Amino acid sequence: MTTQAHACDGLHTIAQQVRSGTVTASARVESCLARIEARGAQIHAFNEVLAADARAAALRIDACVQRGESPGPLAGVVLAIKDNIATKIGHTTCSSRFLENYRSPFDATVIQRLEAAGAILIGKTNLDEFAMGSSTENSAFGPTRNPWDPSRVPGGSSGGSAAAVTAGFCDAALGSDTGGSIRQPASLCGCVGFKPTYGRISRYGLVAFGSSLDQIGPFARDVRGCAELFAAMSGSDRLDSTTAPLEVPDCLTQLDEPLRGLRVGVPREYRSDANSPAVASVLEDAINAYRSLGATIIDVELPLTDVGISTYYVIAPAEASSNLARFDGIRYGKRAEMAAGDGLEELYAKSRSEGFGPEVQRRIMLGTYVLSSGYYDAYYNRALQVRRRIREEFDRAFERCDVLLGPTSPIPAFEIGGKSDPWAMYLCDVYTVNTNIAGIPGISLNAGYSQEGSVSLPIGMQLQGPAFSESLLLRAARMLERALPPVYPA
Amino acid sequence: MSAQELSTQDVRHIAKLSRLAPNDATVDSMRATLSSILGHIAKLSTVDVAGVQPMAHPLSISNRLDADEAGETLPIEQVLLNAPARVERFLAVPKVLDEGGA
Repeated sequence: MTTQAHACDGLHTIAQQVRSGTVTASARVESCLARIEARGAQIHAFNEVLAADARAAALRIDACVQRGESPGPLAGVVLAIKDNIATKIGHTTCSSRFLENYRSPFDATVIQRLEAAGAILIGKTNLDEFAMGSSTENSAFGPTRNPWDPSRVPGGSSGGSAAAVTAGFCDAALGSDTGGSIRQPASLCGCVGFKPTYGRISRYGLVAFGSSLDQIGPFARDVRGCAELFAAMSGSDRLDSTTAPLEVPDCLTQLDEPLRGLRVGVPREYRSDANSPAVASVLEDAINAYRSLGATIIDVELPLTDVGISTYYVIAPAEASSNLARFDGIRYGKRAEMAAGDGLEELYAKSRSEGFGPEVQRRIMLGTYVLSSGYYDAYYNRALQVRRRIREEFDRAFERCDVLLGPTSPIPAFEIGGKSDPWAMYLCDVYTVNTNIAGIPGISLNAGYSQEGSVSLPIGMQLQGPAFSESLLLRAARMLERALPPVYPA
Repeated sequence: MSAQELSTQDVRHIAKLSRLAPNDATVDSMRATLSSILGHIAKLSTVDVAGVQPMAHPLSISNRLDADEAGETLPIEQVLLNAPARVERFLAVPKVLDEGGA
């Protein structure tokens, strides 16, 4: 089946074929659309499939090739975009009723850069509303399902992007990661998800959730795919003053060369009893794989690992309560019906209560509370102090090792509806939130499977590195990928 | 910091500050879940933070300023396409001031 074969090609191969004219961009788009047609309704990865726009973009690329011009390093690569990243085409809904009809008048910087590199947008993917969740069940438009077992969640919040890449609806995708929202769904779906260092990729056009934590990053079926998207979209941007004014080092040329003398730190806290037996076993497999590649395994300690969730659920809601104040029903988005005598205050409160789902309202209220008079010092300021201690703990660990290895998630994909208590859901991100709190890069890649009855579920491992160490981190991930190659559902 | 049990009145106050208008059932369920979450967050008090500077941001950045030159802006017509209510080229909002003004 040719559609299946194409989706397994690396981005580099795809772009080469399109540039050389052996495959047209139009044929690639049709092949992805055929796969979406076959399984899209079951998985519900997309809020919106942009078939006409994708076909038009493919024709422009094919015309470019015919004229003998170069359509760019990502020519004909078909991309799905998380629906909290602004695109001029289609809607940008954040999977919220509030923005159900919103159309962005501008493109995010990452969209401009990827389109300039020849990539084609095929649709906007589902997410937990405003990226708040770990299962994609909090979407106002219904949950996304895991391509390995549709009764299970794909993880979240970028569950639509992870599912779309895994199911072969696209070649690669973009997500956003505030506390694990790229890495955890990548782990639960079995693809690769990469959160670069805070400040490495422009957030201009990403609908803000936690501004000191948010980072856009790629999903792909292999480490190289993530590295190629990273190379095309990273670097300083005048439109995001929090992008780091640093040159982005080449991550591609030496990607396949194994690192000699790599020191892999394994935090004691990542070998927790909370890990499912299958996850614990895959972690040991990954450690053994690195050892057999000549890496040195180093025991390290990160004692603040388990206060990460508490720290995160002060800082992220605090920032969210401020960021989401812009959704007021005045300039764009939902405006509630007014009753006689209602004024501006009623318009705000009714529009927001009707437009936001329960988890978003919960986080806004939590954030408002921890910032309110009398509680600011006890909660918000204290969380910021713990944040510095978490960062210092990572800094000390990276004096002894180059990367940190551990599970991305303590458990594989769980059943839809399986976690009704908010705190139990929040604990899904116990290994990922501290990456964002410290602002360092992290990547999740598949390293094994859990057999649950007749169903096989992927298990991802996470590697974290020091700030701005993407080049080394990707190479270390590539080593593990070669040792424990993933498979994808047909 | 000890585990915080919120009252219904607390929740209504937070909702007001949050510009939300929850109904009675939502206030009750919010009271329970927010209290439970705050109970878990109380774990922060176990960390010794004496003398630690708060870290609001992962990058040590200072303001980056652009040259003060007029650039391109979005066309008003295009921006107003998303407006929930408009009058000519303006956003329509409920009256804020009484006739005669404040």
